[in-house]
Order: sequence, then structure tokens, then C-alpha cells
Amino acid sequence: MAEHNSTSEGRLIRLYDHFKREWQIYVLLLPMIIWFLVFLYKPMYGLQVAFKDYSIFSGVANSPWIGLEHFNTLFGSDQFMRAIRNTVIISIYSLCVGFPMPIILALMFNEITHHAFKRTAQTIVYLPHFISTVIIGGIVITAFSPTAGIVNLFLGWLGFEPIYFLIKPEWFRPIFIGSGIWQEAGFSSIVFLAAIAGVNPSLYESAVVDGASRWQMMWKITLPSILPTIIIMLIIRIGNLLEVGFELIIVLYQPATYETADVINTFIYRQGLQGAQYDLAAAAGLFNAVVAFVLVMTANTISRRYSRTSLW
Amino acid sequence: MANMNLYSRNDKLFVYVNMALIVIFTLSTLYPFIYIAAVSFSDGSAASAGVVVYRPIETTIAAYRYVMEEPLFWTSYRNTFIYTFGGTFVSLLIIVPGAYALSRPQLIGRRFFNLFVAFTMWFNAGLIPFFLNMRDLGLMDSYFGLIIAFACNAFNIILLRNFFEAIPQSFEEAARMDGANEFQVLWKVYIPLSKPALATIILFCMVARWNGFFWAMILLKDEDKIPLQVYLRQVIATLKDDEEFGLQVMNFSYSVESVTAAIMVCSIIPVLIFYPFIQKYFNKGIMLGGVKE
Repeated sequence: MAEHNSTSEGRLIRLYDHFKREWQIYVLLLPMIIWFLVFLYKPMYGLQVAFKDYSIFSGVANSPWIGLEHFNTLFGSDQFMRAIRNTVIISIYSLCVGFPMPIILALMFNEITHHAFKRTAQTIVYLPHFISTVIIGGIVITAFSPTAGIVNLFLGWLGFEPIYFLIKPEWFRPIFIGSGIWQEAGFSSIVFLAAIAGVNPSLYESAVVDGASRWQMMWKITLPSILPTIIIMLIIRIGNLLEVGFELIIVLYQPATYETADVINTFIYRQGLQGAQYDLAAAAGLFNAVVAFVLVMTANTISRRYSRTSLW
Repeated sequence: MANMNLYSRNDKLFVYVNMALIVIFTLSTLYPFIYIAAVSFSDGSAASAGVVVYRPIETTIAAYRYVMEEPLFWTSYRNTFIYTFGGTFVSLLIIVPGAYALSRPQLIGRRFFNLFVAFTMWFNAGLIPFFLNMRDLGLMDSYFGLIIAFACNAFNIILLRNFFEAIPQSFEEAARMDGANEFQVLWKVYIPLSKPALATIILFCMVARWNGFFWAMILLKDEDKIPLQVYLRQVIATLKDDEEFGLQVMNFSYSVESVTAAIMVCSIIPVLIFYPFIQKYFNKGIMLGGVKE
């Protein structure tokens, strides 16, 4: 029998036994696999339109190949280069301003000893995370309106002329990044609060014996202890550099602000989904996906080396 | 002793400054909500003239009355409920069994299937191929299409799989002794033990469905099927055009501004009602996912 098992026939029999015994697991697995094939892997096959002269009538498979023409068009187009530039600039700005905020918030929350106060404040600052992009956009448009908005009302009190914020290219990025911070800073602090909760309490006890102030303990104990979490979160953010919240941009931008607001995904949306230039827009999307893939993989490798645990 | 007093005085200052900053941050988080609510209850001319600060001016419910009489508001509100509950239900039907299968050590090709799922987090075909695929599948303009196309994602599956894997084998042994099959073990052992992870996934799914607008806007042309957020975006677009062309509706007790604000309030209220229930799962649930995204 043992001899029999080592032959290929034996392996087949064992496989047959396995499926006969464990078929239920594969039944449970199947819907998920089919879903991934149909909705995520089939579009990857459809990415070939980036190299084709796509026509609706011929379909994805039968449209003629044209090689790298769309990529030549893209990299010769001012609009696409502008979209790349805007994506990177908006991303880096929001990284610089937005990344430290949740850390500062977490450190501040950690210093509050009054329990009910802490819980109430946390409940409120987490809330915007659960509000839809459209509503965030609606609030911003209302608040920054030149005639109806609260911001221009305040400016008026201070003696300034009303500013048409949403049609001024120079105001788009600050407003967009600011609303992002308003929405996510509170909720993102959860990760850092959890890291702080894991700090060894005996460190604080011996610091108190040495007469350290709370300010000193925050700087010398809490912050260094959560540094690994901070670094990992930073690496993840850099890995997702191309991921700009384009849905909010679609709600907020208008032709007057494309100059500073148009990012890769909004470019794809306009060219492809509004302008029906599917092949060209798919090429832009492929470029985006490949760069994003390289960034994420690099981030994962670095963090694996750093923390000896993979992010996934 | 003198030293200790010095430190504690410093600490007191530190504590108060810290509290004050937190109060400021919290109020500035809260303020936009108060502002929008105030605009929604203000007279149309006040809402358009930009004199509302934190309380309604010439309080009226005219904007709400206008919204309530708008049939598309009710249709889209109903549709949002369909997408939220239907979508979450379908998500669970795919995610829970799939995550369970991936967590089973005897699954042949387990490494491959895990990679098969995780790869989609790193590489995504993008908007256009996804759209063309939906069109080829004939899933445009249908409730089912929007529900099924966003039923699943790698992150939720991995989150739940990790949770299942952490459940000790000993829990299922008794059930196995009684001759339970895989379906029964999943249903009677794993699902009851995974309430925090499931609550987190339900929370993620419901929030995404309630707030989702982009693909609903792209895929649904029939107004009878659009969710509330798409309707709201249409109204906001008129607000934005108004601004660009300097048009204003000022002769009514409601205005574009107050009506938009009223719809936003109506859309936020269910979130506020639901919020306390989901809140207790944040810390627990989010950390299950850990640093994974």
C-alpha cells in the first residue's frame, strides 16, 4: 500500500479521496473565486485595450492592436503630464500636513485622564470618517461660496473682499487637503492610540519616580515607543502615493480649477467615462496601476525588512 | 518636595492646554455639521445671502417641505436602503464562506488562493476595464449589477480569514465529534465566535454602500435606481453652477443652499442614529485589521 502511494496513480487516488472527503470546503470557496475572476481578473484581461484601437462594435478581444500609440499620445499631452504632476503634488502636500495630525491627536488624547471627556471628544472626531464624499463636498461648496458661505462672511467681518474660492486654482489644493484632514485625522488616530495602549506601563512608573513631567514622558517615552508604528504607517502612505481621493475632486473641481485639481483618476474619468475614449483612458489607468504596484511592493519590502513582519 | 510642586504645576498647565486644544479640535470637527443644520432650517434668502453662522436665521422648515415633496428624494432614499442592506447581505454570503475556506489548513492550493485574493490589493485594472467589463456583462443600470459588483474585496476577506485562523482548533472538536460537516462547523462554531470581526465587516460594508456614489453615478442611468448620494450630487452640481454663473433663486422661503443642506441633514441622520451602535466595535474591529491596509 505504501509502495502504491508513491506512484502517480496513488497520488490521484489520494486526491480523489481528499475531494470526496473535503468537497464542502471547495464549495464554500467557489463563489468567492468566481467573483474575483469575473469582477477583478477579467478587467485585467480587458487592460489590453490600452494597446488597441478599441471600438465598441468589435469589443475588447477583436479590436486591432496599435502598440504603444496611446502611451505616446499620453506622454505628449500636457493634460496628462499635468495630471501626474497634480497627483504627486497633492499627495505629497497631504502627506506632509495630514500625516502628523493623527499622531499629535493620539498623543493628546493619551494625556487626557478624564474618561467621559475623552470618550465624547473621540466620538466626535471619528464621526466625519463615516460621512460620504458627496456630503463633504456639499459642505465645502456651501461654506466656501462667495455669496452664501460662512468663510466669506468671516472674511467680510475682517474687512476683506469676498473670494470665489472654488474657481480659484490657487485655493483648490488647500481646501481639498484641509477637508481631507477634517475627515480623516480623528479616525486615523485610532491606530496610534492602539500603539500607545501597548506601551509598557513600568516605563512611566520609573519615570515618575525620577520626577519626570508629563511633557517629558510624552516626548521621551510615548513617542519613541510608537515610532515603529509611525514608520510603518508612513511607509504605507508612501506606497499609496498615487491614491488621491479623486471622488471628492470630482465633486469639487470645475474647468476653472483643472489646472491644480486634475489628477490621474479624474483625467481617466473625463477622457474615458465622460468622453468615451476608452482605450486612451485605459492606457492612463495602466500606467497608474503599474506605478502604484511598484510603490506598494517597494513599501512592503521595506517594511518587511524594518519590522520583520509583512504588511499583508 | 519643592521639586514635586514645581512639576505638578507644570503638569497642570500642560493638562489644561492639552484639554483646551482638544476642545478646539473637537468643536471644529463638529462645527460644519452645526453650520449645515443651521442653513437647512434658515429662510431661503438668509441661506443664500450667507448670514447664517451657527443658528438658523428666520427659522423655517420650508426647505425640508420642498425636499419631502420631491419624489426623487424618496425614490433615491429607498434605493440607498436597498443597496445598503442588500449589498451587505450579498457581501456576507461571499466573504464569510470564502474566508472560512481560506482559513482551513487542509485546503489544497491554500497559498495560491491567498495570493490570488491578496494580489488584487496590489494591482487593480482601473476604472475603464472595470466599466467595460460591467457593460459587457450587461450589468449596467441594474440593482443587481451594482450590488454584486462591489460585494467583495480582499481586505475584508483577509481580515476575517485572520480572525478565523486565530480561533483554536479545540472549539470545533466537540462539533466534529457529533459528526458536524464543514457547513455546520462554520455556522455553529466559527460564526458565533467571530462576532467582533463580523460586526467590523458589516460596518465597513454598510458604510461603503451608504456613502458610495461614484460607481452608482457611472453605472446607473435610470433615475428610478439612483441612490441618495447620486441625487444629492445632482443637486450640489446645480449649486456649483449657480456659483459659477452667479444665478440665485431668492424669491422663495427656500433656496438651493437651504435645500441642499436639508438633503445633507436627511442623509446624515441615519448615520448618527446607527453610530452609537457601531462605535463600540471600532477599537476592537479596526485593530483586527491592524496595520494591514
